[in-house]
Amino acid sequence: MTLSADEAARFAALLEENQEALVAAWTDRVTTSLRGRLSHAELQRQTSEMRRAFQQALAGAAQDLTTEAAGELRAQLADLSATRARQGFTATETAVSVFALKEAVLNVLDGSDATTLRDYVAFSSFVDEAALFTFDSYVRVREELIADQAEQLLELSTPVVKLWEGVVAVPLVGTLDSARAQVVMERLLQTLVDTGSPYAIIDITGVPAVDTQVAQHVLKTVVAARLMGADCIISGIRPQIAQTIVALGIEFGDIATKASLADALRYVLAQTGKKKGR
Amino acid sequence: MSDQAERIEVGSDQDVVRVRQLIRARAVAVKLSLVDQTKLVTAASELARNTLVYGGGGSVEVTSVDNGRRKGIRIVFADQGPGIADLDLAFTDGYTSGGGLGLGLSGARRLVDEFDIETAVGEGTTITVTKWCR
Repeated sequence: MTLSADEAARFAALLEENQEALVAAWTDRVTTSLRGRLSHAELQRQTSEMRRAFQQALAGAAQDLTTEAAGELRAQLADLSATRARQGFTATETAVSVFALKEAVLNVLDGSDATTLRDYVAFSSFVDEAALFTFDSYVRVREELIADQAEQLLELSTPVVKLWEGVVAVPLVGTLDSARAQVVMERLLQTLVDTGSPYAIIDITGVPAVDTQVAQHVLKTVVAARLMGADCIISGIRPQIAQTIVALGIEFGDIATKASLADALRYVLAQTGKKKGR
Repeated sequence: MSDQAERIEVGSDQDVVRVRQLIRARAVAVKLSLVDQTKLVTAASELARNTLVYGGGGSVEVTSVDNGRRKGIRIVFADQGPGIADLDLAFTDGYTSGGGLGLGLSGARRLVDEFDIETAVGEGTTITVTKWCR
């Protein structure tokens, strides 16, 4: 059900005439639903801005939310959702901020004739539409936040550290899926180039489950590093992991594997010592 | 409680991680040894990924079992995917119809105590595995 031009105009007038009472009632309602987590003054500012946006949209004869005249209102709603989502409010708490307008309007609406009722129903569905739009924006912002965090986590969890002169190490922590394996490989290969290190240690102590997918990613990384002339050692093979790898039938071929990072470093230092001695 | 069957729908890589975490928790609860925990979690990881990658997604159901003498964990992986046409081939080490190492299915069978597979081309695959406490 869309608003007719007449209805829109009547409500625009209503929102204008009763602005103080409306904003007060609306703000009160929102303050209660958010249980004091935002200050009254802050909410009052938000609701009065929203009232203005609603009023402008209706004065511009916006019949639904997709029209040109409602552009300002859409921007205002999207802004509200983004702020609420970032502040950690739930989707319901965000949508209620819009729904509360209905109650506020009901309070200032006088008369109980059929026209008023029809008007109110039409206006109510307009507000519903606005609240749904808020909900959509809220979800979109939250998804963006999650995607951002996943990316940050990816960056955080894959450091390549220089352990010794000519020895770099990648301590893998957590789940090694394809996306992380790709990041690890790129970082490692780039670090090998940047530091000119002939040795790389991949430490899997922090990987809780070493299955064929993890093994395959690690093996690919080792092969890539070898192609660049670096020797790779896999460390952090705990007893239970060793038994599981054997049962699975994964073969690491001639790749050196060690129980701990310290063993791997000792092994590398022994190797370099031998070379120097010759 | 923890004796009840728990079910996870597998539709993404994150779900495989959830399956691993659930099974790790259940394995700890029935006091599987660390090696057996790791074996079971790894087998579940392989089979859940098969459900996802080859079965096109499905479900994983975990129950704690007790045969009177020993406790254990039973896991059922079910999908309505294309099924496996040649089981012998599928259980051959190193054979893969995807891009993996070809060790997941055969390796998982070696990692658990009981392994049962039902598959029909075009209908899907159901794999039931059990690991008992030693």
